[in-house]
Amino acid sequence: MIGGAFWSVARAVAWRNIHNFFTNPAIIVPSLLFPMFFFTAFAGGLSRVDQVPGFDYQAGYTTFVYGFVLLQASTFGGIFTGFSVARDFESGFSRRLLMAARSHGGIVGGYWLAALTRAIFTVSVITAVALIAGLDVNGDAIDLVGLYSLAVFVNAAAMLFGTGIAMRLRTMQAGPLMQVPAFLLLFLAPVWVPYDLLTGWVQGAASFNPITLVLEAGRGFLAGDPTKVLPAFGVALLLAAVTMLWARGGLRSAERAA
Amino acid sequence: MRRSTLLVQVGVLARRSVVRTLRQPAMVVPSLVFPLMLLSINSSGLDSATKLPGFPTDSYFQFALAIAFVQGALFSANSAGTNVASDIESGFLNRLALTPLRRLALMVGQLAGILALGLIQAVTFVLVGVAFGDGIAAGFDGALVIVALSLVISLAFGCIGAFVALRSGSGEAVQGVFPLFFAALFLSSMSLPRDLIETDWFRTVATWNPVSYMLEAIRSLVIEGWDAEALALGFACAGGLALVAMLAASAALRTRLVRT
Repeated sequence: MIGGAFWSVARAVAWRNIHNFFTNPAIIVPSLLFPMFFFTAFAGGLSRVDQVPGFDYQAGYTTFVYGFVLLQASTFGGIFTGFSVARDFESGFSRRLLMAARSHGGIVGGYWLAALTRAIFTVSVITAVALIAGLDVNGDAIDLVGLYSLAVFVNAAAMLFGTGIAMRLRTMQAGPLMQVPAFLLLFLAPVWVPYDLLTGWVQGAASFNPITLVLEAGRGFLAGDPTKVLPAFGVALLLAAVTMLWARGGLRSAERAA
Repeated sequence: MRRSTLLVQVGVLARRSVVRTLRQPAMVVPSLVFPLMLLSINSSGLDSATKLPGFPTDSYFQFALAIAFVQGALFSANSAGTNVASDIESGFLNRLALTPLRRLALMVGQLAGILALGLIQAVTFVLVGVAFGDGIAAGFDGALVIVALSLVISLAFGCIGAFVALRSGSGEAVQGVFPLFFAALFLSSMSLPRDLIETDWFRTVATWNPVSYMLEAIRSLVIEGWDAEALALGFACAGGLALVAMLAASAALRTRLVRT
């Protein structure tokens, strides 16, 4: 079903985006800095929180925070790719691409490859910093495959969500519409403490937030104590499937406008 | 005569700056909504941190309220820088340079909009603190001092934003510096009191970071009441930063006008 035209277009789009990412400091620096700030501020500034009664995560606070920052970096690797899609529409590049490309699905595929590459790069840097800062991974190789597979699904869902918006609105001003929902989903999960230690409305929101399951499963993999694995993968797959339909609708909208 | 001319110049530019800032919802709304959103999420998400021995209050909302003031001021820096950069990019500053306008008037006038925004932010955050928290421990007078300190902090960060804009002449450069402002907030005693920060290097950075003292001054008024030392340190750090940044921005303005 996915033929040579798809991969040919996907490779070209991905190469262009990846090249832009690595050669433009205005794009690469915020992608790296923000997760790094969060990791540093939480792991360094809040490390004593693991002494709060009821905090039962055995792998330590740095590992606890890494679980969140990994998810954040994967999500924003996807969201920032949505920004690139919007920028391509504003510059007129996407309009020409839509007329020239033999496979329009390949365009979305290319953006996905770019989002994945961005996330892999950011996560690699953050992982290196976290290891220096005392990241303690108790999980085995299979756990790590589970952890990073979840991150890949979340990255794809975020990229498809951002792309769907960018292709519908075709302007950089749509940036907050991509960023704010992602930010809210991430921060209405158990970011700093386990779910049981949340209080107030955030605990209520976290109980409905699908990212809570993904985050808890990821932290379970890191601690070598897999938990809620099936529900987490179910949620991640569902998010990717729903956002794929959303991105497909966006592509159709862009095709009509081209 | 000269003094009245200066006042007229300041008044005209200040009015323009205030109107321009307040007419842009994209500048006003995020600077109010994001700090409040973070306050709301933090105060529920980290409330269990109040159970740590030595934590100064049993409500994380009271502790985190100070963050909103400083975070709002960071948005001011961005707004100030963006406005100045836009004046450079549009050629407005070039045209002003052809008039007998004094540099001081230009500088003060440009920052008036940021002070107006800072005032709206500070009053809003105080009202939120009173409505949703346990009030301000230092009472009404303490609330006034918080507003005053908040304005000095806005001025300090606003001058830094203006300095970057005047040096670079580019709105993109101002946006690029924005994450560094956030780094200053994140690497402070934002989330826990300094004596409860366990990581040595982080505690050292937070101790050297002037933002910690700005937060602690506001926090002292919210949680404890009147603490002369915390207030003196807070005003000294905010005022000192404002002075240095204003001198730097003024020098950058002089260079920019010479170039023009």
